[in-house]
Amino acid sequence: MAETSGRFASAIKEALLAGLLAAVLALPIIGLKTVDRGGRLIIDPQWTAVAWCIGIVILGRLLVALWRSRAGADVVKGPGRIALAFQAQGKWLGPLLIGFAAILPFMPFADRQIIDVGIVVLTYVMLAWGLNIVVGLAGLLDLGFVAFYAVGAYTVALFALHLDLGFWVALPLAGVFAALFGVLLGFPVLRLRGDYFAIVTLGFGEIIRIVLINWVEVTGGPQGLGNIPRPTLFGMPFARTAPPGVTPAHEFLGLEFNPVHRVIFFYYIILVLALLTAAIAIRLRRLPIGRAWEALRENDIAAQALGINRTNAKLAAFAIGAAIAGFAGSFFGTRQGFISPESFTFIESAIILAIVVLGGMGSLLGIVIATVLIIGLPELFRDLQEFRMLGFGAAMVLIMIWRPRGILSHREPTVRLGAKP
Amino acid sequence: MDYFLQQLVNGLTLGAIYGLIAIGYTMVYGILGMINFAHGEVYMIGAFLSMICLLVLGAVGITWIPFALAITLVIAMAFAAAYGWTIERIAYRPLRGSFRLAPLISAIGVSIFLQNYVQLAQGARPKPIPPVISGRVTLLDTGGLTVAMSYTQMLIIAITILLLVGFTWLITSTPLGRAQRATEQDQTMAALVGIDVNRTISITFVMGAALAAVAGLMVTLYYGVIDFFLGFLAGVKAFTAAVLGGIGSLPGAVLGGLLIGLIEAFWSGYFSIEYKDVAVFSILVLVLIFRPTGLLGRPEIEKV
Repeated sequence: MAETSGRFASAIKEALLAGLLAAVLALPIIGLKTVDRGGRLIIDPQWTAVAWCIGIVILGRLLVALWRSRAGADVVKGPGRIALAFQAQGKWLGPLLIGFAAILPFMPFADRQIIDVGIVVLTYVMLAWGLNIVVGLAGLLDLGFVAFYAVGAYTVALFALHLDLGFWVALPLAGVFAALFGVLLGFPVLRLRGDYFAIVTLGFGEIIRIVLINWVEVTGGPQGLGNIPRPTLFGMPFARTAPPGVTPAHEFLGLEFNPVHRVIFFYYIILVLALLTAAIAIRLRRLPIGRAWEALRENDIAAQALGINRTNAKLAAFAIGAAIAGFAGSFFGTRQGFISPESFTFIESAIILAIVVLGGMGSLLGIVIATVLIIGLPELFRDLQEFRMLGFGAAMVLIMIWRPRGILSHREPTVRLGAKP
Repeated sequence: MDYFLQQLVNGLTLGAIYGLIAIGYTMVYGILGMINFAHGEVYMIGAFLSMICLLVLGAVGITWIPFALAITLVIAMAFAAAYGWTIERIAYRPLRGSFRLAPLISAIGVSIFLQNYVQLAQGARPKPIPPVISGRVTLLDTGGLTVAMSYTQMLIIAITILLLVGFTWLITSTPLGRAQRATEQDQTMAALVGIDVNRTISITFVMGAALAAVAGLMVTLYYGVIDFFLGFLAGVKAFTAAVLGGIGSLPGAVLGGLLIGLIEAFWSGYFSIEYKDVAVFSILVLVLIFRPTGLLGRPEIEKV
């Protein structure tokens, strides 16, 4: 009994100390808000906001302290209960989710907004699955992933502008170009240590963005490029009227014209692209190259000693990831009809990375859930938009502390010798 | 020639700011072997703290500039140090012994968090601050172009030199510095000879953050406009400076900072201002590929 009250007292003490620290940190930055009044800054005190902050920190610290003293242990080793339960259900959950995704546009509640959110979510799922090959399987922390996404999008736009190529021709080209960029950028830097590699990829991402902004003759600069053609259904456009000699898709399908059809068409394109990505990722994992990636991820010096060609294996992962980002980028370009460098900032890379990290590096299903949490929910609740990035940052830190392998999954070698421990 | 000299002066000023931030990167990397990606945000917070402090001092009527600047310097350093301490405590300490990339991912999280925290608290618009120190010294007057150095630039370079001397003394000749160097070499052995490793690491973060706050005050005085996104580019550039100088080396960080500042100034002056960031990023890539130990760094051997 005395022990319990002692624990409680120390928890309260820690909470109050945390509150004091929060007060120190929040007082100048939150408390003394500067407001621009006709070119002159004045101070607009926000004491209630500071009080809220302190209150939340005290409460949060208290709960953490109490939970820890109850649990007894500081660190949870191995996969958590959620992850285990999740894996047990994974066999039927995956096909169920795919089935749900396939019929989503025809559900009674699916209006245009829901389908649009679905498209955005699927785009991020595809990107995250692509990045997962690089980060989750090969263990290369790529902070410039969005550069390849940009290459894909600009490939479609430029081919349409100069050579009048449609989306379906440009789509494979976008993948090829992005992979080429991946090889060109990856080759010199793959020898670097993990964190240096990460910073260099960040540098590449920024270089590509700065070039996109400043090479106005080709990329249109900050204004970007527009008039990217929409994809057609075997040459038939989704439009009310088609050029002479071409049937609009809705006539061919025997439907009344409705702009939603095009959105549904987009939805299915990205669904198929995403599922292809998943299939590729699953197959790759079982191929020798996938095994090599996992070995390199766990310990690249030991893996090299076993005769794995580190550069080739990592380059393959980097190029495949880049190609997938290129495909996704070309889809993004054709859906938006307009692209500008603003869509390809570092924060996009960080968001995709956050999804992969949150979902549990290496887990496809975890990534889907993480995307729905990170992208889908804020898309539906626009009020949360302001706090969304704040939450991202905090979530990345908390996940690393609490479950470095991700909430929903854990990394485990696909094969191991002997019985599972 | 005079244009060249003017770019030299501008480059050195910029380089001093980068150098101060780079010291924080290099000290943390030396001790923990991690890239403190959030360090650029601490610098940004330092700039905001300086701006707020100057405004408050102006509002309460303290207008004697040397006094106001001294108070601002101390306050910005103290509060930024609190931020540095908290970041290490919450986001990095629990991750020691986790897998290799965990601290970097956590640091990216901190960076995103702090950026949006300041954006929410202070607004997204750039904050203009009227010049605090005005006036300049004409170094060279050839009739056409004059080479001038403003008092702000002189102050920035002087404070950087002063701080560098102070910190070199701190690292080489005090018990704290010895503890730091010991921890850098081997944490376990340092702990065995009675050094409080956790405390030493905390102090490293506090020192790095305080120096970043000085850089923040300087950029506030120098440019007169700050925003919440200030830390990202400056952070990457300062990291480049730390790598260029040889990560883990204190004089290397300042040398790297000066070089990066000069390269940026001359590139903007003679080639194209649009691609100055590309020039810096390219240097980062080239140094890491061809000379990962930097100019003054020690080679590092990786073992299994």
